[in-house]
Amino acid sequence: MPLKEQTTLRVVLYEGDGAQPLEAGDRFTTMTTLLEKGFAVTRVSDKGRVAPADRTSLLVLGRFNDGRAPLGEDASGLVNLRFQDITDFDSNRIAEAVETLRAETNAAKHGDWKPWFPVIDYDRCTNCMQCLSFCLFGVYGVDEQQRIQVQNNDNCKTNCPACSRVCPEAAIMFPKYKAGPINGDVVSDADLQREKMKIDISALLGGDVYAMLRERSEKAKSRFSKERDADKALQERQKCLVKLASAGDIPPEVLMSLPSPEEIARRAEEAKAKAQTVLAAQQRGASTA
Amino acid sequence: MTTPPRILYCNCTYAQVVPKEVKEAVLKKLCESGVAFDAVADLCEMSARLDPALKRLADGGAVKIAACYPRAVKWLFHAAKAPLPIEAAEILNMRVQSADEVANALFSAELQPNLPTGKATKPSAVELPKSEVAA
Repeated sequence: MPLKEQTTLRVVLYEGDGAQPLEAGDRFTTMTTLLEKGFAVTRVSDKGRVAPADRTSLLVLGRFNDGRAPLGEDASGLVNLRFQDITDFDSNRIAEAVETLRAETNAAKHGDWKPWFPVIDYDRCTNCMQCLSFCLFGVYGVDEQQRIQVQNNDNCKTNCPACSRVCPEAAIMFPKYKAGPINGDVVSDADLQREKMKIDISALLGGDVYAMLRERSEKAKSRFSKERDADKALQERQKCLVKLASAGDIPPEVLMSLPSPEEIARRAEEAKAKAQTVLAAQQRGASTA
Repeated sequence: MTTPPRILYCNCTYAQVVPKEVKEAVLKKLCESGVAFDAVADLCEMSARLDPALKRLADGGAVKIAACYPRAVKWLFHAAKAPLPIEAAEILNMRVQSADEVANALFSAELQPNLPTGKATKPSAVELPKSEVAA
């Protein structure tokens, strides 16, 4: 099921009237165990507020009096509400109970995908479409206003921040990246110069990285036809990919899983055409306004 | 009487970019305190799924969020169509701040909004009002 169609399960750790509070240590262990398994947990108490309920499934955990979970349901019928007594449960048993309910309610299973995808900073983005024309995997698209957006984040290649390197304004973030400004840290003038430099590097390598791949592919093909040496062609491609990896900080496994050079060329042309169409529409809009 | 800000804690479960000792210490302090709070496994994962829970977390008024860089948090919520209130959100950055700094700010009654605001680059054609585009 696509990521965006999945419902979520909200877990509430209830320690109010009709339930015994957990020891601080037990509370911490329970919270940690559930968070590490991907669940959202709300701790309610009489001090402070929490986010209101919504239409997601709600599981209320508590050490209820007499060890009996209350019976109850949402009067509006919008929330799938369940209670679970956790008296004498350790954190693992609590996690099992939560997981069982998650499966029963068909809620999203967490941890199947590392959340690695670009996040656009629209305070910096100039809608130049460089990311759209660069990405081979159809991650980017435009909305009805022809504004760039991330449309297929699960197509993104884990740990690859290459599109953020081609953004002239450092407007593309990968919050789980190791260093700034790609991780969301403040963008400095020096960062902008560095980003520009990286584009220059790719230009030096042959116009753009995909053009370079295509050129290498042609050379390899020509040699291949003369020498019939498939290993040499592969070595050549690998050499080229190593250069790309260091210039764009692209993980080698991502580069090695790229499709054939012919397919790369096709997708690059497709992405470029898409970006050009959007830019042309923008220009038409500007001139007719 | 003003309502105290809510607290939201992000565990950044699916990456090792937030120092483990910092996030554990912050969560421990939250659990030892008597305060109510929301905790999520990973804001990035929720943003990717356009999780409706982000809307409920953003909509409930003033909020303090223990997570990572304010710029990243702002646009993660925006990407999920759940923009944070610019004047009523304070982000504590567990990637660079100490656990004590983060906890002190979370428990302080004072809210110090720190989401980045305003266009940092020239507005693009799609962002300008049509009259300005023509000019």
